[in-house]
Amino acid sequence: MTLSNTAENDTRAWFRTERRNDRLRVVFGGDWIIDEAATLDSSLQKLDLQATGDVDLDGTAISRLDSVGAWLLIRTGRALTEGGAHIRSLTIPEMYQPLIESLQREQDIKPVRVAREHPLTDFLVRIGKATQDAFQQGVQLLNFLGRLTVETVEAFIRPDRELPWPAFITQIEQTGVTALPIVGLLSFLLGVVLSYQGAEQLQRFGAQIFTVNLVGIAGFREIGGLMTAIIVAGRSGSAFTAQIGTMKLNQEIDAMQTIGLNPIEVLVLPRVLGLLVAMPLLTFYANIMCIIGGAVMCNFVLGITVPQFMRQLHDAMAFSPWSFWLGLMKAPVFAFIIALVGCFEGLRVEGNAESVGKLTTRAVVESVFLVITFDAGFSILFSMLGV
Amino acid sequence: MVMRIKPKRPAPSREEVAICVRGLVNRLSGNLIHDHLDLDVKRGEVLGVVGGSGSGKSVLLRTIIGLQKPSEGSIKVLGEPIETLQGRDLRALQMRWGVLFQEGALFGSQTVAENIQVPLREYLHLPPALLNEIAALKIALVGLPPDAGAKYPSQLSGGMKKRAGLARALALDPELLFLDEPTAGLDPISASQFDELINDLQKSLGLTVFMVTHDIDTLKATTDRIAVLVDKTIKVGTLETLTHDKHPWIHEYFSGARARAALDA
Repeated sequence: MTLSNTAENDTRAWFRTERRNDRLRVVFGGDWIIDEAATLDSSLQKLDLQATGDVDLDGTAISRLDSVGAWLLIRTGRALTEGGAHIRSLTIPEMYQPLIESLQREQDIKPVRVAREHPLTDFLVRIGKATQDAFQQGVQLLNFLGRLTVETVEAFIRPDRELPWPAFITQIEQTGVTALPIVGLLSFLLGVVLSYQGAEQLQRFGAQIFTVNLVGIAGFREIGGLMTAIIVAGRSGSAFTAQIGTMKLNQEIDAMQTIGLNPIEVLVLPRVLGLLVAMPLLTFYANIMCIIGGAVMCNFVLGITVPQFMRQLHDAMAFSPWSFWLGLMKAPVFAFIIALVGCFEGLRVEGNAESVGKLTTRAVVESVFLVITFDAGFSILFSMLGV
Repeated sequence: MVMRIKPKRPAPSREEVAICVRGLVNRLSGNLIHDHLDLDVKRGEVLGVVGGSGSGKSVLLRTIIGLQKPSEGSIKVLGEPIETLQGRDLRALQMRWGVLFQEGALFGSQTVAENIQVPLREYLHLPPALLNEIAALKIALVGLPPDAGAKYPSQLSGGMKKRAGLARALALDPELLFLDEPTAGLDPISASQFDELINDLQKSLGLTVFMVTHDIDTLKATTDRIAVLVDKTIKVGTLETLTHDKHPWIHEYFSGARARAALDA
């Protein structure tokens, strides 16, 4: 009796079964290699292996054999044994003997089960986990805030160790000085956009002079600070996470701890303090650039000369004297949020380089989210205070 | 009959030389690394490549597997000129070799079993059940416990990562296996188990092995011939002949205290 896959040409894998007086003989031939595995697998599955008595497995006609082919042979043999047969012989070419032997030594080759849930269940599980994670992370962030506060106070009152001033200066340089071009350019452009859009609307009432008030108040109070915070979150918050995360992967943080250095004091404190100094300065600079942008725009489009602009701005500020300081007051708060989240996410890096990327993204998203939320909170607070 | 879009693996070539390097020159940012280097790796042998730090072992390996273009010279791997091979021909050649990188280079977002299945999925259409069987087979073949298949690389120790990397390199039953410092960073017991494993696999699968290593025990245990990278070129011999070589670096390498301890053992 012949079952499937008879020899078409000499390289395709084939097998056939011969039954004589309840004695089963399975003959294999051709290339028993991985390329043939798919067809061999399905036809071997279909093979009726219910046999009793002695079975001969004859593989002398096999021209090539690799580990997958050898596995299929062995699997067939095992299925026969389980069906109650007794394998009397397994013959294969001499050169493939070691392969068969080394595979036969492995008793328990069971398919690896890669657990895959139903996509919908999977989706719901992910949402649940993400929610739980978000809460846990909030708690952890608060813990980190507490730890940072305690360690900062300790660092300042403890006389025996000097604070890492060089790192602090470096941080001011990296987060502040090097951010000047991008913050300046974007704030200038925002001033241009703001006055252009404002002028367009206010012209209809013949009130184009109030464009100056718009640029001044909006720039000082909101745009300058918010824009700076967003740029710094993208530039420095992400850098904090990536720097600290890479150090964590490289076991540098572990090394610090064994030497007796406190990573919070060495890494986090200079970053937080540095940004606390750099951000208000950057915000002030951004405010000025925003005003310059507005002034340039007013000069060329509305014909409001620079002295006129300055006089109007002065009047506007007299009308709302707190604007400038309210905007600037928010800068340290934003700075603290960005540095805190950046360092926190950096210290959470674990395992592989992929997590550095993931947590860096998360640090930026979280700090921008928190900055805007706090900004909204400030708006409500200030309006309640009537300033 | 379904059209075969994926490349059909050619039958193993009958050539005696698996890797043939002729007049290889490599310059990296102005530094001459290899100066007209010639090397033949015979089919079915285990060749160990040694050399001091910065002697260009890794560069040689990367050039042979086509990750880096040589400045000059020709390289034939399994009879194919690697530096001009492109597209389908290159893929057909890549099916015939396996590479184990130093740290295993497992894909971090996938389990060990999925890692092993990557080349299988790329080149063959196999039913999922068979894919899982093959993954389990390879996992057993490299001596990992069966439950390792469902783990992620970050959950594995360094030695297990190397074994898993080897399982992935062996996924397509290659003719040629490249190993980059397979025993570096392993404890002596794991290292000698790894040596045995390579010996076993080499015998049972009839592999040709190109192995970069520093480990003199591994050299002794596994290699047929040894290639030493010295003076920007290469010197090939057996452990026996190299032990008596007069070149100062080779002499120091094979006669130093560590080497003596390993070789006398």
